[in-house]
Amino acid sequence: MAAAGTVDRMEAEPEEAQRLATEARDRVRFEEDALALSEQVYRVARHLAGSREEADDLVQETYARAFRSWRSFQPGTNMRAWLLRILTNLNIDRGRRQQRAPQMQPLEANDYYLYDRLSEDGDGISDEQRVVERLSQDDIVTALSAVPHDFRDVLVLVDLGDFSYADAAQILDIPVGTVMSRLHRGRRILKRELAESALEEAT
Amino acid sequence: MMDPCAHCEEMMQPYLDHVLTDEEMEAAAAHLAECEKCRRRYKFEESLRIYVRKAADEQQMPAELRQKLAALRIPLE
Repeated sequence: MAAAGTVDRMEAEPEEAQRLATEARDRVRFEEDALALSEQVYRVARHLAGSREEADDLVQETYARAFRSWRSFQPGTNMRAWLLRILTNLNIDRGRRQQRAPQMQPLEANDYYLYDRLSEDGDGISDEQRVVERLSQDDIVTALSAVPHDFRDVLVLVDLGDFSYADAAQILDIPVGTVMSRLHRGRRILKRELAESALEEAT
Repeated sequence: MMDPCAHCEEMMQPYLDHVLTDEEMEAAAAHLAECEKCRRRYKFEESLRIYVRKAADEQQMPAELRQKLAALRIPLE
């Protein structure tokens, strides 16, 4: 303020009140913006977490933390990514994710495995869309949850959450190259899981 | 020289993610134009991604959770 030197105590108080009012308004706006994203945050959380209950807890913890630390959000940056960064950190901190022993590396098939399995017993089916529709929604949700966490986190953020490789790298705090390799492997693991559940149903 | 279909398989994920260079993109498109087998497989992968996304999106947020989140807001002084 240019006139700060002449401000007496009578005027200093309204200035402080003004500052508090501005802050309250910013905070309310932040909370409203964050709540407007809750549906999208939940959808990603639902598949990052192992179950509906875990997703429910995680989203609540995320919002409780976000509301407390709203000042650390930089206005104008991607709030959905900011919220999901809190969420993935909480998910890791809670120790819900077990370290996999090297011999338990997931099996993955080549990229065409699922298509080959689904179309081979097909009566000469020609429409790829119909081949896909042999899978049920439950098959897909179950297969997603069977993908190990490291791969699933990336798969869910990019393929379900529409985040770029760079955003996913920032959210998970891993290099972009790692995002790409985990994404590619995660998709193959998912297809293997889907092929298995489709074969089980067929028998 | 690598089997063109095997090479095409390697290009599939980056192709569908739109992260190939222009030359790689052209090479893949040229092979796809003449190979029905690869074309079908790409088409399947594309349909699968859309289908997986749709299935995942069906998992809607419970209405109670929405209320619980709103209740977490910090009240104004």
